Amino acid sequence: MEVVQIQRRLVDYTKSLFMEGFLDGQFLQLQQLQDESNPDFVVEVVSLFFDDSEKLLNELTIALDQPNVDFKKVDGHVHQLKGSSSSIGAQRVKNVCIAFRNFCEVQNIEGCLTCLQQVKQEYYLVKNKLETLFRLEQQIVASGGSIPMIEMGF
Amino acid sequence: MARDGGVTWRRTEKIDRFNLSAADTAEELHVLAVDDSLVDRKVIERLLRISSCKVTAVDSGIRALQFLGLDEEKNSNGFNDLKVDLIITDYCMPGMTGYELLKKVKESSVFREIPVVIMSSENVLARIDRCLEEGAEDFIVKPVKLSDVKRIKDYTTREFRVGEEERTRKGINKRKQRDSFDLSSSSPPSILSSSPVSSSSSSPESQSPSPSPPSIPSASSAPSSPSPIDSHSPTRRVKTTSSE
Repeated sequence: MEVVQIQRRLVDYTKSLFMEGFLDGQFLQLQQLQDESNPDFVVEVVSLFFDDSEKLLNELTIALDQPNVDFKKVDGHVHQLKGSSSSIGAQRVKNVCIAFRNFCEVQNIEGCLTCLQQVKQEYYLVKNKLETLFRLEQQIVASGGSIPMIEMGF
Repeated sequence: MARDGGVTWRRTEKIDRFNLSAADTAEELHVLAVDDSLVDRKVIERLLRISSCKVTAVDSGIRALQFLGLDEEKNSNGFNDLKVDLIITDYCMPGMTGYELLKKVKESSVFREIPVVIMSSENVLARIDRCLEEGAEDFIVKPVKLSDVKRIKDYTTREFRVGEEERTRKGINKRKQRDSFDLSSSSPPSILSSSPVSSSSSSPESQSPSPSPPSIPSASSAPSSPSPIDSHSPTRRVKTTSSE
């Protein structure tokens, strides 16, 4: 496939992620921080996010599985997840975290369990999407092309 | 009087321009960044580096104090050897919060001059207020953007130049209501008793491309009194929107 075609695919794909709310403006901000001196910045940050999130999701699963749930502890983990997802622009994950924290506050176990399920879902979705995005970028670079900058209307 | 405020500003800018060429090339700002989140540390580090700052990033308030030499175990030798020019810290951290770190820094005779900026994902007015009252330079709502860093860098650089004047002025802000009615008072220096700078003047220092919409009322001034010399009214710069 020609570089130009992959580039177009990347642009369209990225735009769709924004349209569907998977990513928000903060992701664009991260892309702006990437340059020749730091060509892998976004991948590096996002990888840290993946590692961090998976740890947190595990802790959350364990914490919510206890006979006496420590809601403060659960909230602490969700707060962290909310923070890191917000920092990389993973909007949907962040939004579920907001709802999740509300359930923690009122100590609603059912609400928390539902949110846990949702946040896992959203996390794996965005992980998948970002990995696809990075693969497209890799293909472009491997073919000698450059990664197009996305101009967003909003 | 507005004129005095204007003169103060022009003088500040003159000093700024005068010193800029010398100091600009001399040294980069050294920023101490404190955040328990690895993701956020990486981002803030990059934001600062790309803005030509030297960065030391630590993961806790304790480590920040250790780095400064302010922890209980070692006595500070009385100098800011590492020349930290700015501290930017997360608010919510396990162990020592950013607020507690702020207090410790402001209590230190050696380090209290260093501007401290607080970052938080929560836009809670009471929290912002508390931090500003304790002497925080600014309060940034996360996620942090390049424009936030540029803004902080701008007024931190100016802090260098104006120094003493700024500190006195900041101290006056809290007592401004009294001052504005007592111009004959001999205690505040003359430039600072010029209290009611026209609050309609747009912030002169604002060089950041994205204007921050002040959708919360000024947290540190009483509603009836005119806002203080606005350039350093931190609440005007409080962001409430997180995405563009």
